[in-house]
Amino acid sequence: MIHTNVTRLRTLFLAPAALLMLATLAIPVVIVAAYSFLSRGAYGGVEAPWTDQNYVRLLDPLYGGIFLRSAWISLLASVGCLILGFPLALFIARSGQRKNLYLALVILPFWTSFLIRLYAWMFLLRDTGLINTILQSFGLIHAPLPMLYNQGAVILGLVYGYLPFAVLPLYATLERQDPALLDAAADLGASPLRALFHVTIPLSAPGIWAASILVFVPCIGTYIVSDLLGGSKTVLIGNLVQNQFTASRDWPFGAAASMILLAAAIAVIVLMRRSRQELL
Amino acid sequence: MDAVLKLADLSKDFAAHKAVDRISLAIPRGSFFSLLGPSGCGKTTTLRLVAGFETPTTGEIRLNGQRIDHLPPYRRNVNTVFQSYALFPHLTVQGNVEFGLRGSSIHSGAKKGMAKNGAGFAADRVRRVLDQLELGGKESRKPAQLSGGERQRVALARALVLAPEVLLLDEPLSALDPQLRKQVRAELRDLQKQTGVTFLFVTHDQEEALSLSDSLAVMRAGRIEQTGAPAELYRHPRTKFVASFLGAMNWIGDVGVRPEAMRVVLTPPPSDARIAAVIAATVSDTAFLGPIAHVTARLDDGSVAMVQVPSSDAPYRPGESVYLCWNTADELRGLS
Repeated sequence: MIHTNVTRLRTLFLAPAALLMLATLAIPVVIVAAYSFLSRGAYGGVEAPWTDQNYVRLLDPLYGGIFLRSAWISLLASVGCLILGFPLALFIARSGQRKNLYLALVILPFWTSFLIRLYAWMFLLRDTGLINTILQSFGLIHAPLPMLYNQGAVILGLVYGYLPFAVLPLYATLERQDPALLDAAADLGASPLRALFHVTIPLSAPGIWAASILVFVPCIGTYIVSDLLGGSKTVLIGNLVQNQFTASRDWPFGAAASMILLAAAIAVIVLMRRSRQELL
Repeated sequence: MDAVLKLADLSKDFAAHKAVDRISLAIPRGSFFSLLGPSGCGKTTTLRLVAGFETPTTGEIRLNGQRIDHLPPYRRNVNTVFQSYALFPHLTVQGNVEFGLRGSSIHSGAKKGMAKNGAGFAADRVRRVLDQLELGGKESRKPAQLSGGERQRVALARALVLAPEVLLLDEPLSALDPQLRKQVRAELRDLQKQTGVTFLFVTHDQEEALSLSDSLAVMRAGRIEQTGAPAELYRHPRTKFVASFLGAMNWIGDVGVRPEAMRVVLTPPPSDARIAAVIAATVSDTAFLGPIAHVTARLDDGSVAMVQVPSSDAPYRPGESVYLCWNTADELRGLS
């Protein structure tokens, strides 16, 4: 009796979240999947008949290049976030009572709109921006450095935007590590650097994988960062999709590109999971 | 005496208290030396000072005559068996034991041998230590797949493979269940004799310290109360604290008598020059412990004494009137 009551109660409590996920995730995905097999409407929207032409179009090397570039930029951003995030997470995990303060500081940027923060970066990086102005006024450079509207600026923006997503899972694994293991490593003759590479980092593998996924997956679908900081030069899948739904008014093609993006993201997660299981 | 490790005037102050308060010790080479004391007495801090995890506030630590107190832990040729073992969970048994042999910066005997004879020497050494600790066949297991006793042996193997000048053991038996503890205790003693490595063993368990050590130091509140061989400390404690900490003690006024030195009799014994005193008492409780029994008796002045008797002796019942007596030779007098 008690058991069935508990089960019923559990179902009851989980139902709102499950319904919300169904309404806001599963149903839209099904709609997008359906759109991707329809034809383009004259003024946006979709029309009959069913077709697979949207996917055939994506085989064009032009789009293949965009996919590859997106994956490459996301990979660089993930690596950048790991390189910057790991020391930061390590510092926070070892700063005793100030941990919570530093964690709050990591999350603090979320209190401002990402869009506004990207505009701030534009203000810093553009030819007449703060950095170029200062460097020029000191006579260090004679012409403005081209820091905006290129691939580097996009990667910078992505690393900046997604760094907290890397720091939090890294912090979670580092914070759980037994400090006695570092004593043991030192006791067995390992210098701090050797202990870092042979004890701390290997034991952080779960956090490193989680951080990589949490940065890579949203990066591969981004369009705001590449739109604002990359100019028209750096088109990513996100921009492609966005354009189909806005300027080009080709919803079915945008939907097909979205489905491929979704498949790529899921593939990354599955692959990472598998390789992690092999490691352990 | 050839002392491998010498502590001189060593102190460690923490913000709130003095954990170690100006202690001096000389640990004889090749001996099994224990630091015994209640929790918070500074014995673990002393061990951590020797290992290098804490820096002393004052004083010096000498290993083979060389000062080591300014060296980081990874440059000291001492190794630790941690209370929780601190095995690397991501490495196999083999990996854990090899850890210290790879890229270590200690100029230990093991390391010098490696430089001379190459990797074959290291592999051979690991093999021998694993066999010695009966870990053969378990090389590829991870610590999570081992029993408590096996983990402890890996912790020992990992440290001993480096041939340390002194092996530091921080309550290594406390994580084992009581059944296993006695067995491992004997193994530990054998291992020390076989390897000849100096063991510095920290414990709060007096039975462990007495049965294992060649000599021991009893610590209290950051200071050393007394140092000596187990039997010497047990028979001739200098302070009441040492007397009580090393075993049960009956205090008749200021005179101490061990439970096994006291006798229970139903009638006062014939007068004898050796007997120090005969006191009337009432049995309040008896506890059967197999070969022996503990008789608790209440004296007329209200104090309580415990007497250890062979359990084959006539059982005393609570409420029974008895006499307690003991010999002058068994009295501990003049303890501070």
